[in-house]
Amino acid sequence: METILFFAFAKPDGSLGKSAREALAAAKELAEKVAPNAFIGAVAGGKTDPAASLLAGAGCARVLAAENPALDQARYAADAAALEAAARAAEATLVLLPGTSRAQRVLGGAAHRLGGRADTHVTELRPAEGGIEATRWHYRQRIEARFTREQRPWLVTLDPSGFAPWEAAAAEPAPEKLATPIDENALRTRVVGFKAPESGAETIRPDANLLFVAGAGWTKKQADGKPHVEEAERLILEFLRLSRASLGSSKSLVDLAGEGEAVLSFLTHLHQVGQTGATPRHPKGLAACCHGEEPHTVGWRFINERRAINLDPNCGWARGKADVLYVADAFAVMAELNKILAERAGQSPRQES
Amino acid sequence: MSEGYHIVVCAGVVPDPWQTLDPVPGPQGPTIKNEMMLPHVLDPWAAHALYEGARLAEQAPGSRLWLASIGPRAKLQQVMMTVAQKVRFELAAMDGPASGFTDADQTAAALAEMIRGLQGLDLSRLLLFGGWESASRGAGITLQLVGERLGIRDQFQGVDALEVLPDGSFQILERVEGGKHQASVCAGPPAVLGWATGNLPEPKNNPQLGMQNMRTILPALQRAKRFAPQPDGLRHLEAKVPSQLRETRVVKNSSPEEIAKELADWILA
Repeated sequence: METILFFAFAKPDGSLGKSAREALAAAKELAEKVAPNAFIGAVAGGKTDPAASLLAGAGCARVLAAENPALDQARYAADAAALEAAARAAEATLVLLPGTSRAQRVLGGAAHRLGGRADTHVTELRPAEGGIEATRWHYRQRIEARFTREQRPWLVTLDPSGFAPWEAAAAEPAPEKLATPIDENALRTRVVGFKAPESGAETIRPDANLLFVAGAGWTKKQADGKPHVEEAERLILEFLRLSRASLGSSKSLVDLAGEGEAVLSFLTHLHQVGQTGATPRHPKGLAACCHGEEPHTVGWRFINERRAINLDPNCGWARGKADVLYVADAFAVMAELNKILAERAGQSPRQES
Repeated sequence: MSEGYHIVVCAGVVPDPWQTLDPVPGPQGPTIKNEMMLPHVLDPWAAHALYEGARLAEQAPGSRLWLASIGPRAKLQQVMMTVAQKVRFELAAMDGPASGFTDADQTAAALAEMIRGLQGLDLSRLLLFGGWESASRGAGITLQLVGERLGIRDQFQGVDALEVLPDGSFQILERVEGGKHQASVCAGPPAVLGWATGNLPEPKNNPQLGMQNMRTILPALQRAKRFAPQPDGLRHLEAKVPSQLRETRVVKNSSPEEIAKELADWILA
C-alpha cells in the first residue's frame, strides 16, 4: 500500500506556482487510483498558508507545513532538510514534486538521506501490476523509457507542462506545523538576488503559448550577398514583443555569439534548445532559418504544433518534424507577420531606428 | 585562498551526439545497439565543468584538478586522447558501463568511494564539479548523491558562473526558471557545483599538453577498478525511440503576405 506525499516549495507570497499546481493535479489523480486514503500534502517556505489551503482543497488527508524564515531562499542545506522532514513525518513511500530548479536541486540528496531512490524529469506515472510505472526520457530526449522501482521511498519530480494545473477552490486548512531541523550555522550559503541576461529584453517566457526558434540562417549572407544581422535582430525582437512568444535558438547561433562575432546580441546559452540546451514545452512552435537533423531537432520535441520557415524545402529540421513548412525568405515573412500582428493588436510596428 | 582548491570533476563519456541511438534489450536492462562501436565524447556539460575547473585551478596556486570518470576502459582511452589536449588534470577512472540506463545511486556510490581514495585529497578544500545533467541518463542527481556521501551540504546546480570574492567566499550563478540566474554567496569549499554551459569556450587542442597528461592517464586507466552495477530494484519495461514522423505540408510559391496571414491566424487562434 502506497502513501503518496505531494511536496512543493511555496513562492515568496506563500502560494504555489503553475508547475507545482500541475504536479499536484498529477499526484491527486494517481492517489485516487492507488492511495485514496493516504494522500498527504506538504509545503515548505517562508510563508505557507495559501499553499496549505490549496492542498486542503485538493483533498489531502493531511497537510504538513514547514514554515521557516530559512526557507524563504532556495538553497540546498535548508531545502533538503525540509523535504527530508516532510517525507519522514508523512511516512511516505512515494514523494511527488514539481520539476522546478529548487526541487531538482535537492531531490537526490534528500532521497539519499531517506534511504530511498530518486528519479527526475518523469513525464507520466500510472498504476501498474504490483506497483507504479513511470516514464522518462534518456539521452537528452531521444529515448523514452518506462520503468518501475521496488525501493521506497521513491522521490520523483514531474516535468512541467505535462498536466493541467490544479485550479479548484482552496479549503480552510488545518496544517500540521512541521518542525524543520535547520541548523542556522549550517547555512553557509545565502541568496543575494536574481540576474536576468544582459540583453535587456525579456525573451525567455516559459508560460508563453508560442516558442520561436531562431536558427543560424539569420546571420548568413542574404540575396544581396551581405548579412543583415541588425535587421534580423529588429525583426525577431519586434515579433517577440507582438506575439509574446518565448525565444529559443540553435546551438550554432548561440556559439557564434559566444565567440564574439557580430550576431544576434540578445542571445545567450540560456536560449539554447536541443541536445545541449533546453527542451521547452509550449503548445506551439515556429522555427525560422533552422537547419539540421537529429540531435538538433530534440529542441522542439515537446512542442505540440510546429511550423517552420526555411528556403530549403528538404530541410531536415522541418521535413517530417513540422506540421507545416513554408518555403520562403524568413526576413520577408517576418516583416509581414509583424505588420499583421501589430494591426490586429491595434499597434504600430516599431520603425527601424 | 593561498592553499588552492582540490577540484574533482565527475565526467562520464557519452555517444557522440551525431550518432543514431537505437535501444535494445540487454540482460540487465536496455542498452544502446552497438554502443561499443560508437565514437564517444566527454559528457558536454561535464566538459564545461572541466574547463571551468582548470581555469579556477590556474588562478589559485596550489590547486589540484582531478577528472573522475566511470566508463568502458577502451572508450575512456579514446576520449582521453582528445580531452588530455585541452587542460592539465589527473585522471581517476573505473572500468564500467557508461549507459544512460544505469541507476545513478550505484554510480554515485562508486564515484564517492573513488574520490575518497584520491591520494592527497583534502576534503575541506574540495570543490566537486560535474555537469548538472548528463547527456545519457540526464537525471541531475548523481553529483548530489556523491556530495551527500562526502558530507557536503552546499550544493548548486545549473551553474553558469563562479567568482571568488576577496574574502575567499564564492559568488555563484545558478540557472532558475524564466531565463534567469539565482545569485548566491557560499562561504567557501567544500561545495558541489553542477555546471551548465559556463562562460568558457572549448580550449584548443594542445598536443604537447596531451602527451604530458597521457603519461599519467594511461597508468590510471590500467589501474582502473571494475564497476559492475546490479539491477537493484530498478526494472525497465520498455525503451524506445518514439515515432516522430509528421506529415509535413510543404507550402511553396506563396507570397510572404499570404504566409504571414496564415501564420498570424495560427498564432492568434
